[in-house]
Amino acid sequence: MNPVNLSPASLGITSSLILLCAALSLILSLQVHRALLIAAVRMVVQLLLVGFVLRLIFESSNVWLTLLAAAAMAAAASYEVGARQEYRLPRAWQLLTAGSAIVPSTLIVTVLALTTALRPSPWYDAREALPLAGILLGNVMNAVSLSLNSFFGMVRRERASIEARLALGEGRYVALQGAAVRSIRMALIPTINVMSAAGIITLPGIMTGQLLAGMDPIAAAKYQILLMFLIVGGNCLGAFAAVYVAIFRLTDKRERLRADRLESRAK
Amino acid sequence: MLLDVSGLTGLPGGPYHFTLAAGECVVISGASGIGKSLLLRMVADLDENHGDVSLHGVSRASMPAPHWRRQVIYNPAEPGWWAEQVRPHMRPAEAALALLPRLGLQEKLLDAPVSQLSTGERQRMALIRAVIREPRVLLLDEPSSALDEASTLRMEALLAQLTTTGMGLVVVTHNEAQARRIAHRRYVMTSGCLAEIIV
Repeated sequence: MNPVNLSPASLGITSSLILLCAALSLILSLQVHRALLIAAVRMVVQLLLVGFVLRLIFESSNVWLTLLAAAAMAAAASYEVGARQEYRLPRAWQLLTAGSAIVPSTLIVTVLALTTALRPSPWYDAREALPLAGILLGNVMNAVSLSLNSFFGMVRRERASIEARLALGEGRYVALQGAAVRSIRMALIPTINVMSAAGIITLPGIMTGQLLAGMDPIAAAKYQILLMFLIVGGNCLGAFAAVYVAIFRLTDKRERLRADRLESRAK
Repeated sequence: MLLDVSGLTGLPGGPYHFTLAAGECVVISGASGIGKSLLLRMVADLDENHGDVSLHGVSRASMPAPHWRRQVIYNPAEPGWWAEQVRPHMRPAEAALALLPRLGLQEKLLDAPVSQLSTGERQRMALIRAVIREPRVLLLDEPSSALDEASTLRMEALLAQLTTTGMGLVVVTHNEAQARRIAHRRYVMTSGCLAEIIV
């Protein structure tokens, strides 16, 4: 496998596509050229920066530096979960809820993969651990964000039916079960879609990358299958944990519904 | 004493005190917005509150909240429904069958979607849903607000029969004639307290 190394000139040529889009936007007054150019510059700077940071970490092969990078990624993912919610908990609780769903589920799945399937040496080798943790964090973040968004919305909108069950003497987990089940299911639909469509409608990104970088197609497919299993596992764990932590936070010690602990972003 | 409420404070104010004997029907009235529904919700421990409430001398603080709420059921004026059809809400379903005709409801309504029932039908179904769980105390919030006169009288007859089995009822109502028909004792609620009035 010999990695492709793109020259600055070839990147420069393809960047003309962005300029072409921007020009079209100007001519047709689509009003997107500004946002497009800013996003393109951000993307280039962010990815190059990450490249340099990763090179630094890989070369130092220091466990603590690897852990620090993983922790920073997890913190960013936990923060992003609250960014586009219709309803959410106050900032500290939102971070805590998202973090306590994202971090353990990603950690379990990543460590499982590193110690059994991938087995780099040492098993925490940054070159394998960090990209893997990144892929999983991105996916688990989506699942957690979707499940919390629908769960919080349901709790606010279906307050009467949830309280009806509480008033009849049912416990919080029974009273909120309907909303929990529907939220977890909703969060997993995109994952299941991607899994069913893999290879037929799209080639997954990692597999494409490995094919382009010269890997054998069967080996790339097997690697992608492994990743899919890990992603599905992480997403299930994440969505499940998120909803159950949320149930805990949206009820109190006397098992009352505390929808008042949610704040609306509209206000 | 079946139910003993003492020093109950919360969102509507307080402290509120009242008692309810087994087989007794107590009616609470008061101006709209004074917090009568909130008072019932506090007794059922559905909203944050302070104070002591006990059943047969056993404080609710000594038991898990769901255990308390199985014995002291709050039935709101506009009940919520968690399943699509009526039947899954009825537990045990056989007990509901016996009560349907007594409230003038047809058996086939059990398999109808909740959304197809009229407001009055839903109100009566919610009462049945609570009664068949056999609570010691039933807290009824405007139980006939959506009922015509004939249905109201049927419902009152059912309430009277429930008291003969020893169930205690706390009824919030705006209907003065109804209060006179069903109350054994009456309280008037203000933001500061509950005052017992002589019937």
